[in-house]
This record gives sequence, structure tokens and C-alpha cells, in this order.
Amino acid sequence: MTGTPLIEVEDLRIDLDDGSRRVAAAEGISFRIDRGETFGLVGESGCGKSITALALIGLLRHPLSIGGGVIRFEGREIQHLSAARQRDLRGDRIAMIFQEPMTALNPVSPVGRQIAEMFVLHKGKSWREANQLAIEALASVRVPAPERRVRDYPHQLSGGMRQRVMIAIALACGPDLLIADEPTTALDVTVQAEIIELMRNLCAERGTAVLMISHDLGLVANVCRRVAVMYAGRIVEERGSADIFRAPSHPYTQGLVDSLPRLGSRAALGRSRLKEIAGVVPAISSFPDGCRFNPRCAQATEICRTVVPEADRLEAGGLVRCHHHA
Amino acid sequence: MKLRANLVIGGVLFALAVLVGLLAPWLAHTDPVLDANLMNAEEPPSWTWWFGTDDQGRDIYSRVVYGARVSLTVGIVSQLINSVIGVALGLSAGYFGGWWDDVVNALTNLMLAIPSLIFALAIMAVLGPGLTSLLIALGLTNWSFTCRIARASALSLRSQGYVQAATVLGYGELRIMVTQLLPNMLGPIVVIGTLGMGSAVLSEAALSFLGLGVRPPFPSWGSMLSDAREQITTAPWLSIFPGLAIFLTVLGLNLLGDGLRDILDPQSRSRRT
Ligand SMILES: Nc1ncnc2c1ncn2[C@@H]1O[C@H](COP(=O)(O)OP(=O)(O)OP(=O)(O)O)[C@@H](O)[C@H]1O
Ligand code: SF4
Ligand SMILES: [Mg+2]
Repeated sequence: MTGTPLIEVEDLRIDLDDGSRRVAAAEGISFRIDRGETFGLVGESGCGKSITALALIGLLRHPLSIGGGVIRFEGREIQHLSAARQRDLRGDRIAMIFQEPMTALNPVSPVGRQIAEMFVLHKGKSWREANQLAIEALASVRVPAPERRVRDYPHQLSGGMRQRVMIAIALACGPDLLIADEPTTALDVTVQAEIIELMRNLCAERGTAVLMISHDLGLVANVCRRVAVMYAGRIVEERGSADIFRAPSHPYTQGLVDSLPRLGSRAALGRSRLKEIAGVVPAISSFPDGCRFNPRCAQATEICRTVVPEADRLEAGGLVRCHHHA
Repeated sequence: MKLRANLVIGGVLFALAVLVGLLAPWLAHTDPVLDANLMNAEEPPSWTWWFGTDDQGRDIYSRVVYGARVSLTVGIVSQLINSVIGVALGLSAGYFGGWWDDVVNALTNLMLAIPSLIFALAIMAVLGPGLTSLLIALGLTNWSFTCRIARASALSLRSQGYVQAATVLGYGELRIMVTQLLPNMLGPIVVIGTLGMGSAVLSEAALSFLGLGVRPPFPSWGSMLSDAREQITTAPWLSIFPGLAIFLTVLGLNLLGDGLRDILDPQSRSRRT
């Protein structure tokens, strides 16, 4: 990890204004993604993955706001850029695809037009050129007969096809970073695998860095080179994907790994034992003091309930935020 | 798609009215203004004078045919002005919210509180009679309903996934409003516009009846009714035919509006995905 990273987040804090006071929905968020790198963000529902992504593209809206920290894109701070400058980055340099592929396309506009609009908007192409480029973009996401498909409306396409269109739109302008927020949760398992494979191949071919967000550690570790695990608004562990499975360091990550059904080694021993982590994720308003995982942690001691653990650098590479980490 | 009777009948009636207006010079038998001949005054309907003649001997049929031009121009143009104002205000209010929404809401409530015909009358009183004043008066006073619908649609559409996706993709506010919101609310807006045209045709008749419409002697259906009111017992054809023309046009527009509502129902359109 040398040179200027593509995107670098330092001690980011996201505030939630609940009317009377501001509470930190996420804090101490730090990570960096290099050019062409694949980086995963994993955690249970509500831990702050989506709001972190929205902060990166400058789209936190009331009651959420950036409460501190720095976001650098190619070495330049972007969190204070004007709305117009941030808009220029969005869709052009940083693109995002959504949790909800079913509703992310405009129902009354042909999909080709929606792809073409990106070229008109960000690359100043004429509609004629843009329509031609849209056909190529649709072909690149392996949609059959793209020259006919461009005229289709979203409701004429299957969920998988629609997500392909979304990928075509997101990658249309050749962004440097693609943020994929649970891009396949709404799809069938088989289609999921296809879409993930497609996204991974396209981004690898073009050198597009990926920030992949999911609650599925298995999926993310499979696709990404490095993974950060979030819990209740903090990143608790950041490791290489292989390491996180082999030797998870944070008790929460250990719980996550244990709860994954595993093929191979464990399955060979008989029935794989699935362990759920007992308890639930605390709400923002009732985050516990100290380590936020302490009410659910088997290894918690007194210090865990009072002192927030710092992010420790591991010898094997990576970071972990725990007083008693392995 | 099932073709509904109201859509077909309404469409045919409206298309007929438009066609008559467009082809007036070819359909009319005589010039509606110049061909006055007192020798033929107050002739009842016959093979020569299909709809009879008025007290100056002018052919009522030809005047009704030409009258379509005024009535439809007023109906279509004034409603277009209303639709543009209503959509611009309502869409932006619903999308942006905040103080702008409050301002638009207050304005809409004000417009709803004053009967639009009274408001139009007041404007006409200031501008004086004539076609342009009619268009302005009716075009500025009947947008509140469109505005309400556009605002409500924008409010519900702005949280749709594709609107958020567009924001994420770097669309500007105006582009989002024009490409993501407007096309998805067009159905109800068109329905209201069609119904509004009908009421504008009626308002034109009412204002012309009160002598505030187009200047005589050029015919409009309203002014023809107005001219005919003293002879309603002696020469009823003077009022019957322009009245029938108004009735059929407004009926056609209302049926068309209803029919469009059935097929453009936003429920079946935007929720389909
Ligand atoms: N607009 C908002 N207003 C108030 N609270 C919000 C808002 N958006 C998010 N939050 C809160 O911020 C926290 C983090 O939300 P976020 O959407 O980032 O979670 P997530 O990790 O993406 O979860 P999921 O897996 O369900 O998508 C949650 O507790 C959520 O309730
Ligand atoms: S800091 Fe303490 S409570 Fe938190 S994960 Fe580590 S051991 Fe558990
Ligand atoms: Mg989320």
C-alpha cells in the first residue's frame, strides 16, 4: 500500500441529529482503497455501512451529516467540496449501485436512454453518440441483443437483467470507484453469483476499484482483497480476506466466521455447527460505553465497559479494535 | 388494452371539434362576419341555412363552425398555461419542500379560496375584453388543482429508488425533476388538463356571455349565446346550436378525461416494477 490511495477515509464521524442532540451514528471510520483494489465492508443491519457509503459520495442528508474527519479522493479532500463539484464526481468518477435493483430504474424511460443519459450528462456527448455508446455498454454487461434491448422498459426485464443495466449505467463513464451496496440481496442465489462474477470481471478489466458492502462476510471475502468489519458504527477489524477466515482476531468477527456455513474442512467433519452471536445490535441512542460489543462479548472484562479500544495494528497486517484481541 | 366507451366517444367528440375548428374556412358556407344580409334575417333551419340565420341574416352554421376556433383556442391554450404553472410550482414544491413548499401551498390555498371565474372576471376587468385577455385570465386562474396533484406526486416520487439512484449518478436537481419526476406524474396531469380544458371552454362561454369575451362581431359560442338571449323564444335556433356545440365539446372533454384516467392510472403504471 504505497503511493496516493484512490480514496482515503480518516477518522470519519457521521452525526445523527435526533431533534434535540447529535449522536454519532458512526465514528472513527478509517480505511483506504487503492486504485483497482477491491475492498469489502461487512456488518449486521444498521451498523452504518450505507451511511458510510453515502458520506463518501457527499449524499448524507438531514438528519445525517459529517461530524468530523477527512475523506480524500486521489489525495484531494472532498468532504467540503461544493454541491456542484461533488455532483460532478458522482456517477463520473465514483459510481454506486444499490440495494434495490428492482426500483432503481425509471419505469417510464427505456433502459437505453437511461444509460445514454450518463454520457450526455458527464461526457458531454450528443444523444446520437450516447445512444450508440449505450448499446455498447449494454453489450459489455452481456445483455443479449443489446440493440433491441435498449428500447425495453425496465418492467420488460428480469431482476438479473435490470441489475445488469444498473451495472452498465454505473460503469458507463468509467468510474475509478464503484460502490456496490448489497447489490444482489434482492436476487435469486444463482443470479446473485452471475451478477457478482460479472461485476468483478468488468471492474478487474477496467481497473475500477470496488467498495463492496454486504452483511454476508462469505460473499465479500470471496470478492474482495481486504475486508473491514463494522459493528455499531465502528470498524472493529480490517484484514486481508484470507486472514479474516483463517484467524479472525476480533471476538465479533470470530462470531461472524463461526456463524458461516462452511464447505470443505468443517463440512468434512460432519455437520457444520452454526453458532449465532447471542443478543442484538444496540440502537444508536443506546450504544453502550467502552467497546460497543461488550454486552454480547464472552471475553468482555471491566475495561471493555468503560474504555473505547483503540485500533491496534496486527503483526500479520490489518487492524483490530479490541482490548483482548487474539 | 381494453378500449373504453368513454375514451372513444370523448376522443371522437373532441377530435371532431378540433377538426371543425381547423377546417372552418372549408366547412363554413359563408363568411361568419361579412356575409350579413338583412333579407335573410332570422330564417329557421332549412336546407339552405342548416342552423338558421340570426337577426342580421348571418349563417348560424358558419358562425358555429368558426366559433369552434375561439372556444378551442381558449380551452387548449389557457389550460396549457395552467398546466405549465401548476406543474412547475407543484413539482418544485413537492421536490424541494421547505419554505418554497410553504409559499406554493399558501398560493394554492388562496387560489382555491377564490372561485376561479370571479378571479378571471377581475383580471378581464383590468385587461379589457379580447382573446388575449381571455387567455391570460383563464390561464392564470385554474392551476391550483394541477399544482396540488403535481406536488403530491413529487412528494411520493422523490423517495423512489430511481430518483435516489439518479442523485447518486450525479443528476442535477432540474434534470431529476424533468427526467425522473415529470414523466412519472404525467398521467394524472394529462387527465386534469383534459377536464380543465372542458371547464375553460365553459368559462369562455360564461365570460363571453357577460360581454367580456372576444369582441363582436367575430363569433364565439359564448358571445353567440349572449347575442341570442333576447330571441330565445322567437328564434330558439340562435341559442340551441352554439349551446349544443359547447355541450358536446365539454362532454367530449370530460369523457376523454375520464377515459384517460382509466388507462393512465398511476397505480398501474409506476407500481408495475
Ligand atoms: N435518514 C436517516 N434518519 C435517521 N437515522 C438513519 C437514517 N439513515 C440511517 N439511519 C440510522 O443510521 C444507522 C446506520 O444505517 P445504515 O443504513 O448505514 O445501516 P446499514 O449498515 O447499511 O444497514 P443495512 O444492512 O440494513 O443496509 C441505522 O441505525 C439507521 O437507523
Ligand atoms: S474490547 Fe472487550 S468487549 Fe470488546 S470485543 Fe474486545 S473483548 Fe469483547
Ligand atoms: Mg444499507
